This record gives sequence, structure tokens and C-alpha cells, in this order.
Amino acid sequence: MSNKNLLQAINAALDTAMQADERVLCFGEDVGAFGGVFRATSHLQEKFGKSRCFNTPLTEQGIVGFANGLAAQGQRPVAEIQFADYIFPAFDQIVNETAKFRYRSGDEFDVGGLTIRAPYGGGIHGGLYHSQSPEAYFTHTPGLKVVIPRNPHQAKGLLLASIRDPDPVLFFEPKKLYRASTGEVPDEDYELPLGKAEVLREGTDITLVAWGAQMEVIEKAADHAAEEGISCEILDLRTLLPWDRDTLVASVKKTGRLIINHEAPKTSGFGAELAASIQEVCFLYLESPIMRVAGWDTPFPLALQNEYLPNEWRTLDAIHASMNY
Amino acid sequence: MSDLRSFDVELIHQPAYLDPQTSVLPTFALLQQDGKLYPGAEAPKLSKEQALKIQDTFLFIRALDERMLASQRQGRISFYMTETGEEASDICSTAALDSEDLIMAQYREQGALAFRGFTVDQFMNQIFSNEKDLGKGRQMPIHYGSQELHYLTISSPLATQLPQATGYAYGLKQQGKKNCVICYFGEGAASEGDFHAALNMAGVLKVPVIFFCRNNGYAISTPVHEQLAGDGVAGRGPGYGLKTLRVDGNDALAVYEATRLARQMAVEDNQPVLIESMTYRLGAHSSSDDPSGYRSRKEEDKWRNKDPVARYRSWLIAQGWWTEKEDEARQAEHRKAVVEAMKRAEKVPKPLLEDLFTDVYAEMPWHLQEQLEEAKAHIQKHADVYPVTAGRLQS
Repeated sequence: MSNKNLLQAINAALDTAMQADERVLCFGEDVGAFGGVFRATSHLQEKFGKSRCFNTPLTEQGIVGFANGLAAQGQRPVAEIQFADYIFPAFDQIVNETAKFRYRSGDEFDVGGLTIRAPYGGGIHGGLYHSQSPEAYFTHTPGLKVVIPRNPHQAKGLLLASIRDPDPVLFFEPKKLYRASTGEVPDEDYELPLGKAEVLREGTDITLVAWGAQMEVIEKAADHAAEEGISCEILDLRTLLPWDRDTLVASVKKTGRLIINHEAPKTSGFGAELAASIQEVCFLYLESPIMRVAGWDTPFPLALQNEYLPNEWRTLDAIHASMNY
Repeated sequence: MSDLRSFDVELIHQPAYLDPQTSVLPTFALLQQDGKLYPGAEAPKLSKEQALKIQDTFLFIRALDERMLASQRQGRISFYMTETGEEASDICSTAALDSEDLIMAQYREQGALAFRGFTVDQFMNQIFSNEKDLGKGRQMPIHYGSQELHYLTISSPLATQLPQATGYAYGLKQQGKKNCVICYFGEGAASEGDFHAALNMAGVLKVPVIFFCRNNGYAISTPVHEQLAGDGVAGRGPGYGLKTLRVDGNDALAVYEATRLARQMAVEDNQPVLIESMTYRLGAHSSSDDPSGYRSRKEEDKWRNKDPVARYRSWLIAQGWWTEKEDEARQAEHRKAVVEAMKRAEKVPKPLLEDLFTDVYAEMPWHLQEQLEEAKAHIQKHADVYPVTAGRLQS
């Protein structure tokens, strides 16, 4: 065990993956000698050579197109998009190519070895273009997996599993947490399962579900609620596509109430999918409407960042509204 | 890689702008239309066997394209694309490669696939999207692919295969394989961002790839002068650090020789190459358009007189390797084979319902399993609406 922040855990996962499998290659803008603008790929070029960890020209569509080709050839590319806000030039390569490679060829070819890493989310005073949470664009695309870790231990285990998964994975890293805190991370090689949610705290009155940086937010909200005698069950979804319906359903059937929290805008956010699916299965168990606490339907702001974010106080308001419905 | 901000540069003291009119690349050509070499031109070292394999592929593709276009007109298939007039470009470039070099096609390179050995039945099964199609009936006609023949499955979005070619080639280099990637595309696709990303990355990362542009004059209806300014597509190659050659795309021997040399540079020196093959699409873009709306019969006739297949046949006959009579007999054999294969493919059933849901992921996740069961139950309930699939449902 070592004490690591989330960035160090990502770096350790890449190091472990590259050590274990020479087909793992890391590349992207400023990823080489510099180690990435956030330093997630620090020392990897030194350790594994320029052919396995390198800079690319500044072209996101090129990076993902290149990564698709590498994966089709049998390598295990880990492509970095410097900010999730800049993933959109690569949207065509991801949605029309990565996601459909296996299907359209009848399994003659696939890009299952591909992992795309991108820092996402707000809280760093990044304004419109260094703050977005674009996960729902990708959960709408069959063929992709979408994974988001909440802390250093999760980050290492989920990233290793993503790199080795037989399907292409988008791995969004909550950059607000990169250096925010540290946690114990095993030094050895380990994987955490994709497609599995985790119950972090058991409760009886209401279920709160989130992923990534918002896990801290719902935990704080649950602490405040506990002071008032409200018992919250807390779930980390971890993988958004394909998501773990069974675990969430079991929780909602027990508590009868559900609040979904995500930082992305509310309309057509992934919370909409969760709410729709849960009411299909849990209709007769629900004591109150499923509620979503999300970013407002605006671009991500700068000066009014705190007013935008779906924080613990907005979550607590929703808990009260649900309990008093 | 160069850093042009070096201090040791040539300085000029008059502002001499580079004039695009004066920097035009010449065109490499060996064979004249009558089948004779240009004075001073040397034919590539092709064995008789290789030379006749090229000719046989030419004849097969002509027979396939002619018959399939007619079938589309009769309503037997939904869609088709011919490569008439461009056969020398894809077939002779592929002929110059190793059979394990990867081909990434755009969509008008069925000749390259036929040269690799894709059978007439395999073509038909794909075109009729039946259950024997390697692609499991999922894509429109002409979206072929074969792992065994190192021919990546075609996708409709234009130019997406270009940066993939750079990546695939990087993988080959990384593994120390003595192979390259050839990536075909049209001059229209060269306007997409992916083109620029791909060539730039190939130049910077030094990978064994040949970018082969079929400049056939039109992107659907848009003529090349409305597509690009400057010296065509080839004019862009040097700017990205690629070895570049423009070639007469209707000249089988020149295309072969250009690609043979390109392969050598790519595989031996990891030097990416750009070839611009100047040719003409004698047919429509696809079975869905009519060229009389955007170009003249006179223009088409001018290019019909530069037919690459006729030119190459004249050369073969002059070599004493082929006769008119053999040519006619072989054409008839191919036509018959195509018609017979078509009849066979029409009788093969559609894919099973399961093939709608498999291969989205390596393993089918819970939500797709659930949706497959839901679809089955619905089809069973309304068997009259889905008679064929209902009759073939697996329990």
C-alpha cells in the first residue's frame, strides 16, 4: 500500500499496465517527456521509451483515429484527450468508428484494446471549456463502455480493468480530485470490475446515486441528513455503460426513494436514463418521485461556478423534498 | 523531424512569395494508350503470371460491376458502386504489395479485394446481406471486409480510415513487422479534417503507410476545381513530410511501379508516402445518382478513350502473353460465374435475429440480452408481421 492522490494512482495504473503488457502504448498532447499537462503520464517515457509513450500533434480526431488503427492492429492504446471539453473533434471517430468497429465487420475486426482517458468536470475555475461532463453523449452510443472513478484506489483498479477489457472504454477522470486528497492504493496489480456499482453506505430511508467527483457531494449531503435522523443509502455507479441496474433496483426497492446527482446539465443527462429505468422496475415501491440534482441547463459558468454546481446543499434540499413528499 | 526556426536559414531581401501556379508536380506515366511504352520509359519487372492475374482481375471487376449495376436497376439489390475507369488504380497498386500488407479502402476498391482472392460468392453474400456475409448482413452493399485477406471492413464515413491507417502502421512498426498499410481515398475525402490529421501524424511519427488518392475528378457531383485549389492532393504531401508522386491512374504499369517503390520506402525506411492517381470515374458515383446532371457526354468520351483496361490489354497482347480471343472467352466465363453466384446468394436466408444484437460488445451485456428477449417475444406474438424471422427464431 502507498498513499497516493488520484493522479498518482492513474500514473501507477499506466505504469503497471505498460510493465505487464508491451502492447500498452500511451500517447496524446504533451504526454511524452513532459508527462501530460496534469502529469498523469510522468516518467512513463523515461521508463518505457519514446516508442511506447509519446507526444502527438495537436489533433484530437487524429489521436483517436490513430488509436483506433493501433487497436485494430492488436495493440492496447491508451489515448489521452487533454480535457474532455476537447473530445468533440474526435466525436466522429469515437461514435462512428470505435463504437461500431466490431459490429460492422461481423467481428472480423475490433478495437477492443482501446482506452480513451480524459479529465472531466468542474470545480477548478475552468469556465465553459475546462469543466464539461460529456458522459451522456457517449452513453447514448452502443458499443462503448463509460467508466468514472471516485478516488485513487478506484482509479487504479478501474483503469487497469478498462485497459484490459475486450471492449473500447472511455475513462473520464474527475480532475477536481486529481490532487484534492489522497488514499491508500495497493502497489500490486489489481482490477475492479466494470459494469458493477458499489454500495458505499447502507441506509433505509432514501437512496442517493452518483459517480466520480459527485460521490463526495452526496456523502456530505448524507452526513447532514443523518444529523436530522434520515438514513441515506449511497451508491457509486462507477460504470455508466453498461450500468448496474440490479444493484440500484435492490436499493430503491428497500428505501422507496431515489435521488440522482450529476454535474452535467439536467436535460438528457444520464440521470434521465436512470430515472426512466428505475420507475419501469420499481414503480410500486416508490414513495416519492425520483429526483435529479444536476447542473443547470446552461453552459458551465465561471464567476458563478458555485451557484451552478449541484452541491451538498441542493442535494439536501432534494432529500427533504423527497422525504416530505 | 525539422525545427525550421533554426538560426541557420537562407535569408532573402525581396518578398518572393511562392506561386502555386509554378510549383506543379509532373505526372509519372509509362504506357501510352496504344499499349506501347513512352520513349525512354521502362516497364516494371512483372512476371507473366502476375501480369495475367492483373488482367483477370480487371475482367472480373468489369463483369461484376456491369451485372450488379443491372441488378440494382432491376430492384434485386438496394445499392451498388462501380469502379469502371479506375481499375488500374486499386488493382495495380494492390498488385505491388505483399499479400499481408493491410488494405484500408474507401468504398470503390473492390478490385483490390478481388485481387487478394475474395471469391465471387463472398462478394455476392455481402451484396445480398445474407447469413453467409462475413459482415453478418449489417452494412449496405459494397462494405466488404476480410481479416484473412488483410482488408479492413469498409465504413461509410469518409476519410475516417486515414488516421486509422497511420495508427495501424505504427503498430506494425512497433512489432517490427516488414509490412505496410495502403490507404485508399478520393480527392473529395482529402478535404476532411481526418486527411490532414492522418498525413501530419504519419509524417511526424514516421510510419510505414502509403496514402493512395484516387483523384477521379468528382466527389458525387462536385468537380475537383470546386473541391480544392493549389496543386491537387499531391501538392499537400511535401508539407506533411511525405514522399509524394503523381501518377497516371489509367496506366497500369505506372501505378504498379509507383506503388512498388512506395512500399519499399515505407517498409524499409518507415517513410510515409502519398500517391495521387489521376483517373476518371466513368460511371455514376453510386446507383443513386445520374452524372448527366453535372457533366457532359463529351467529357466522358474523352476519358473513355483513355480506358486503363484497354490500354493494358494492348500491352499484354504486344508482349505475346494474351490474345483478343482469350480475352473474350475469359469475359464470358466471369459473366457466367457472377450470374450463377448471384442466383446462389439470393437463395441464402437473411441473418438470424440474434445477429442484430451480437458483436455490439465482445459479450452481450444485460440490457441487450433483455432487449433480444423482448424482440423475440414481440416477433413471436406478431409472426405475420415478421414472417421470415419468426419462422427462424431459436428458442
